[in-house]
Amino acid sequence: MTTLDVNPGATLPCDAAALKQDMTRLFRAKKLMAFALPLIVLAYMTYVFFAFEVPGLWERASLDNARTLVSDSYSYKTHVTRDNRDASVSVAIEGERKGSYPEGEAPEWVTLGETTVIDLENGHIVRFGPETVEYDIPGYGTVRATPSRSAGVQAELPAGDVPDWISTSKNRLAIKTEAGRLTVTRNRSEVFRYFMGWELFFFTLDSPYHGLGPVALLEKAFRGEAGAIFNDFWTNKMWRHQDVAWAIGETLLMAFLGTIGAGIVALPLAFLATRNFMPIRTLRFATRRLFDFVRGVDSLIWTVVLARAFGPGPLTGALAILVTDTGTFGKIFSEALENVDEKQIEGVASTGAKPIQRYRFGVIPQVTPVLLSQLLYFLESNTRSATIIGAITGGGIGLLLTQAIITQKDWEEVAYYIVLVILMVMVMDWFSGILRRRLIQSDSGKPRRKTTKKPPLRNMPFVLP
Amino acid sequence: MADLTAAPPSGASTTEAIRAQYVDLTRRKRLYGSILLIVFIAMMVAGFRTADDRNAGSFADGFTRIFDYPAEVLSEATEKAVQLPGHVMHFFPALVETLNIAAASTLIGAIFGTLFSLLATRGMALWPSLIPLFRRVMDICRAIPEIVIALVLIFLLGGGPVPAMIAIAIHTAGALGKLFSEVNENASLKPIEGLSSVGATWAQRMWLGVIPQVGPNYVSYALLRFEINIRASAILGFVGAGGIGYELKNAMSWGKGRYDEAAAIFILLFVTIVVVDQISGKLRDRLINGANQ
Repeated sequence: MTTLDVNPGATLPCDAAALKQDMTRLFRAKKLMAFALPLIVLAYMTYVFFAFEVPGLWERASLDNARTLVSDSYSYKTHVTRDNRDASVSVAIEGERKGSYPEGEAPEWVTLGETTVIDLENGHIVRFGPETVEYDIPGYGTVRATPSRSAGVQAELPAGDVPDWISTSKNRLAIKTEAGRLTVTRNRSEVFRYFMGWELFFFTLDSPYHGLGPVALLEKAFRGEAGAIFNDFWTNKMWRHQDVAWAIGETLLMAFLGTIGAGIVALPLAFLATRNFMPIRTLRFATRRLFDFVRGVDSLIWTVVLARAFGPGPLTGALAILVTDTGTFGKIFSEALENVDEKQIEGVASTGAKPIQRYRFGVIPQVTPVLLSQLLYFLESNTRSATIIGAITGGGIGLLLTQAIITQKDWEEVAYYIVLVILMVMVMDWFSGILRRRLIQSDSGKPRRKTTKKPPLRNMPFVLP
Repeated sequence: MADLTAAPPSGASTTEAIRAQYVDLTRRKRLYGSILLIVFIAMMVAGFRTADDRNAGSFADGFTRIFDYPAEVLSEATEKAVQLPGHVMHFFPALVETLNIAAASTLIGAIFGTLFSLLATRGMALWPSLIPLFRRVMDICRAIPEIVIALVLIFLLGGGPVPAMIAIAIHTAGALGKLFSEVNENASLKPIEGLSSVGATWAQRMWLGVIPQVGPNYVSYALLRFEINIRASAILGFVGAGGIGYELKNAMSWGKGRYDEAAAIFILLFVTIVVVDQISGKLRDRLINGANQ
């Protein structure tokens, strides 16, 4: 455009032609780029697709696991089990000892007696008789099974084809309906009934407050039982609220100690790594390489090494975060310190301030916004890291989560922990956002770089908004 | 002072009052500052002691032993220094897998992050009323630690790189989505108006009007994320998602006798992270400079 303005007359067509050629070339390059870039991405993804053996993934994937996981995370089942050798019947939630009903007691849909009647609703009724187990299935008929020591399980089905939700063999009968599930083997007959929700979340069966509504509970709380109610909730054996609260506390503690500790360690070291405060070149160089080294040795390696020295627990996690972040903070802080305005320091010095006072009143106030906003940002992101590090070293909510996943049956607990972790991280995010705005009103949470004309990222590759 | 100015008593008293006020203010500020400092230090000390109590080994004991393990590993590695290049070659495919996990998840995450950020920025969103929804989706994606998704997916899909890739990609989509939408907010809306005036569809408006403006910043953030994701994929390997972390765990749990392998893995991981950091730092530098020229 400038050429058009400057050269009038004869040179114009020639320049226009050149310009056109230029533009054509530019457009061709852009077009090529627009095609090539997605192609490269596509080619890479295809390579990854085969390198990761994605085609075989579906064969390896277990849909059963998926079904258990999903159904377990929002529902629970109650087992009614009859021991066929001594004819005793027990009722337990999830089949766990912690969730079993006391001897001789059962929920109202189970009638204990010589013949135990289990009402699965909608007409599905299972009867555990002294000899025979009967299951009335509406629209199909009654299935009878007689387990015995000598002859296995003898099943009598209504006439017709055996539907695919019933499986029989010599020693086993299994029926799966939408109301529940019945399994009969030689040694025991068992019924599962599924319910929505998380069982015994507030109180276990041995607590007197189990099964009370919120109004009744409030009433009791006002009558001076608040302490007992809280105690029963807090020491719930099934969900272990106390341990979970401690675990979350540990995770937050790891993040807090690690981040703040790293800040405290990194600040003095950062002075050693700056051009304007550290005249000795070798020392500056050494400090910078130290930061690079600490950052380069990944937090995974630090965690592994520190776990050897300190054993599992929150302290190890805190130290791992501390060491890793010292490198990062050192780099960020030293870059912030190099951008400090000399005039302010001069001004303070002109009033006769001693070196310490010069740093305190001339330098620190200038870098505080960067320091604080980075500290808070890392505090938030380290809450997440602490969960992960906890899973490796064995501390905090990360440990509980891995333990619950490894058992492969307490998926409701896994779901609970996941919800807690997400809430924890979101609360920390929100909290650090509020603090950042409060503490750094003048800069709206961003480090002071706008005065320098350099672009933000170039200047401080590590600073994140 | 009163002599010099010979001012009426009221003037002197105002100066005095201002002075007194100032001293008072400073004193109060200092008091608050020191109270905050004391509370803060108390929190740190209490926190440290709690952590120390709940740890298996105490700080005082462990502090002297920090270098025991590295020293053991180093001594064994130097003893078997001849085998080290062989180990490095042996574990190289695992390293490539870790890098692939990081790269693929960064790519997928960046693609989804771009979509989320465009859908969550005012003036660019396809459905303006759904902006808060997409913001929340990004928040949740960002809040879930990778390890959670990875462990659940390992249960479903079996071990291997795919669970790690998906887990990191979800987190990356959330994290990049947030950063991208901040970039979007600074982008000019005029090209979009221009494009919509000639009847461009939403995809065309975004691809031709927004992406060219924000591209360099996007790529630079994605590179930063790639660095982070390499570390994350190494960690996820440690819990069973393949790659170099898995090999490290095997070498570690074997204990003495295979420390040379552990040393080889440490070296590989360290060198990779440093090299990638350097390269991506240079690239980001150039991207941002190029964008501003």
